[in-house]
Amino acid sequence: MMKGFKKWRLFALLTALSIFLAGCGQQELSTLLPAGEVASDQFFLLLWSSGIMLFVILVVVIIYVVALIRFRRSKLGEDHIPEQVEGSSTLELVWTVIPILLVLLLAVPTVYYTYKLGNVSAMGEVDEDGNAENLVVDVTAKLYWWEFDYPQLGVTTAQELIVPLDEKVYFNLVAADVKHSFWIPAVGGKLDNNVENVNKFYLSFEKDSRDLDEGVFFGKCAELCGPSHALMDFKVKTLPRDEFDDWVLAMQDTEAVTADADSADQGEALFAESCIACHAVSGAGDPDYMGVEHAGAVGPNLTTFGDRNRVAGFMDHDEESLKNWIEDTQKYKPGNLMPSFTDFTDEEMDALTGYLMGLTIEE
Amino acid sequence: MSSVAQKKGFGAWLWEWLTTVDHKKLGILYFLGGGFFFVLGGIEAMLIRIQLLQPESDLISAGLFNQLITMHGTTMIFLAAMPILFGFMNVIMPLQIGARDLAFPFLNSLGFWMFMFGGLFLNISWFTGQVPDAGWTSYTSLAITSPGHGMDYYAIGLQIAGAGSLMTGINFLVTIINMRAPGMTYMRMPLFTWTTFIASAMILFAFPPLTVGLFFLTFDRLFGGNFFDHTMGGNTIIWEHIFWIFGHPEVYILILPAFGIFSEVFPTFARKRLFGYTSMVFATVLIGFLGFMVWAHHMFTVGLGSTANAIFAVATMAIAVPTGVKIFNWLLTMWGGSIKVTTPMLYAIGFIPSFVMGGVTGVMQGAAPLDYQLHDSYFIVAHFHYVIVGGVVLGILAATHYWWPKMFGTMLNEALGKITFWLFFIGFHLTFLIQHWLGFWGMPRRVFTYMDGQGWNLANYISTVGAFFMAAGVIVLVINAIMTTVKNERVGNDPWEDGRTLEWATQSPPLFYNFPQTPLVRGLDTVWLEKQEGNKSGITPAVPIQDIHMPNGSIIPFLMSFGLFIAGFGAMFRLETAWGLPLLIFGLLWTFVTMSLRSVKDDLGYYVSKEEILQDIKHEGGQK
Repeated sequence: MMKGFKKWRLFALLTALSIFLAGCGQQELSTLLPAGEVASDQFFLLLWSSGIMLFVILVVVIIYVVALIRFRRSKLGEDHIPEQVEGSSTLELVWTVIPILLVLLLAVPTVYYTYKLGNVSAMGEVDEDGNAENLVVDVTAKLYWWEFDYPQLGVTTAQELIVPLDEKVYFNLVAADVKHSFWIPAVGGKLDNNVENVNKFYLSFEKDSRDLDEGVFFGKCAELCGPSHALMDFKVKTLPRDEFDDWVLAMQDTEAVTADADSADQGEALFAESCIACHAVSGAGDPDYMGVEHAGAVGPNLTTFGDRNRVAGFMDHDEESLKNWIEDTQKYKPGNLMPSFTDFTDEEMDALTGYLMGLTIEE
Repeated sequence: MSSVAQKKGFGAWLWEWLTTVDHKKLGILYFLGGGFFFVLGGIEAMLIRIQLLQPESDLISAGLFNQLITMHGTTMIFLAAMPILFGFMNVIMPLQIGARDLAFPFLNSLGFWMFMFGGLFLNISWFTGQVPDAGWTSYTSLAITSPGHGMDYYAIGLQIAGAGSLMTGINFLVTIINMRAPGMTYMRMPLFTWTTFIASAMILFAFPPLTVGLFFLTFDRLFGGNFFDHTMGGNTIIWEHIFWIFGHPEVYILILPAFGIFSEVFPTFARKRLFGYTSMVFATVLIGFLGFMVWAHHMFTVGLGSTANAIFAVATMAIAVPTGVKIFNWLLTMWGGSIKVTTPMLYAIGFIPSFVMGGVTGVMQGAAPLDYQLHDSYFIVAHFHYVIVGGVVLGILAATHYWWPKMFGTMLNEALGKITFWLFFIGFHLTFLIQHWLGFWGMPRRVFTYMDGQGWNLANYISTVGAFFMAAGVIVLVINAIMTTVKNERVGNDPWEDGRTLEWATQSPPLFYNFPQTPLVRGLDTVWLEKQEGNKSGITPAVPIQDIHMPNGSIIPFLMSFGLFIAGFGAMFRLETAWGLPLLIFGLLWTFVTMSLRSVKDDLGYYVSKEEILQDIKHEGGQK
């Protein structure tokens, strides 16, 4: 009997362990595989609180199982009348004081990390030459896409956040229409994009996204924002500092770029005719911008469209998806603000998608 | 009830139910109305889970999905869980304190009909295709921009139903304060009465903020208000505060009565006095108080600042202490008892691990920085279903089996009851346990679909399979209820044989005036005390048999609620149709006229004569 119980115990333990190990999720978006300091701090709190809570569960389960086994009427007989105990002040004191201690064990690190993660005092700091010490990114959430502005660098992009590795990046968050929430699960917890105020926080990215199967971290909108809330994804690429600087330079170099309606490239001409009113192809943005719509910001900036990982944030990055998207945007992302374009001939559509896929700043 | 119904025609039977002010009948109406909405909310839940069975499923469109989640949440909280609990409170609480009825029987009827018409108003939206779709929390930047009349149905429907809840809460409070039988001191009240008392006090303070918030929302949407329009100087965060100042206490308004139910079930089937009664009472009061101090833990990611987050984090964790006290008291009630595993007890036993799980994940979310990860992910979905299904719904199911004989005079089938329990319990854990991990793996909540290749497929599949088990459990319960009603095997006063509180000393179902003689209460678990001392009736009367004053029925509550119901449609279509404004005015006038009818017409009730009561007692004696 006892031996069987021990075996069963071992089996249960192994099962639990294997479930736990298999249960870490995908590294592009799992909070259990932290890819930065903030996510690590939060993961620590998860383990710490889980440990305390498992202790509580264990105590409850032991009393529960023993009581259920020992005190059954079928064992004690139909006529057994138990002693009518009123209570026990000692016991009641014990299970008041011990939980208070357990709560304190959790409360102290909670308060510490709340202040640590909420500290954005270094955001505006500058070095002796007046240069900002930390990178700041303005994130504007719109129905159903994300705009990323780098006010210190005069650079704007959309749908793919590009950040340097191993340093703190500070974020200003705001929503342009309804409330959204900015979440990169593998890198750190979320903060809301409110409509009426700017929220600030920091994240640090400590894993190279090129080592991931997908080549990017997944970002999500975490606040119900309408029909296509589920599709309001964005991606994050992390670059070593020197490559990040190259990327910034390449983006700044696109300052004068625009689409020419008289271009020999039919795709570019079509773009200039139909798309440029909403979509910019220059990544050089207004450095003072925050929450104010500037030219080209009605739709996502497409300067780096060819380098992206997805079409419309969630569809496969190929010409097929792109064509489907342009022809019927409401089918793929209901409630989004981009009109559908059904008048292009096949030839025109080929040219347009060819042009879009060619928008790249990577060598 | 049935003996009366058989003698009368259908019209008279219907009239009796529409005009009743009897707390037991209104309790049954609440129970049946809530049960209907529970099934409706359950169907919505099944559609949600079927849509999420596979990635990139296009069975249900994005817009319809948002309508389903909104209506599922709203229906389950406001139209299912609360009314069903109100049903039990209505039937049982007056019996437990030895009262003849609630303090305001007319108001009780009005509260019920307002709930019913509010619930119908909300659900009529399904027939118009314009359904609430901003989530049950209806955060205002989305709620005020939501097209169509969906959110108007939400705001007006909840306004009507919510006002009914507020009235009934006040009614319970007054009843418990004023109408306890001689000797029923506060510290002799059964725990279910205590939790009804505290939950009602919470309703008194929590519902007015909701009322105000819903009026703001209604005015923003229908009358050109700008409370939440930030471009006009409004503020959307205010809505979040108002909603959660109501919404968090609401969670305790639901769970405290469930705690009360289990605090009745454990002692009955362990045949042992509730362990630590005094600390149970104080824990209840403390939870009720702290419940108002923690609303901002729903808003950790809103950007309230580190200090606010830290304060609300610690306050939230503090609630774990009184809740823990309760759990251990229940465990120690079983310890040393004589446990008989009936269906209600099975639910109580299942409740402990389920609710502990929901409780500890609640404390984890209380750790604000950790909540930045967990908030609005599937972890939250798992957590609150563990609390609400693992706590409230298991409580409701336990009470359904436990008090069914008291409400309907016949016992639900035990074997089918246990089948329901196992199907529901297994299905529940299958559905929601895995969702904690979905949250860890980065899945946000309220998503109508998810892309393949994110590692979420298997877990979602398991979750949907679990939902089918739960549905099967509920179907077995419905079959059980129908079979039991058709068989109609009558039972005596105390069919569980170990009843401890006053309701088990009345007939099943009780006479319409409850107690022929108001009982004298000599201690906690007074019926148990009397029985132990050899008094088989379980009651020592406090007064001689005398005439009993009872209230007359009235159709006015039904008519008043109906006026508000049609005024709601008038308000909604005021701008776009010619009949909107006249209908609004007509509906409000209708309500005011029926109100003044009530004021003008003196209704002093009637007396049940001593002879009739003696007749009833003799008749009961003959039945045995």
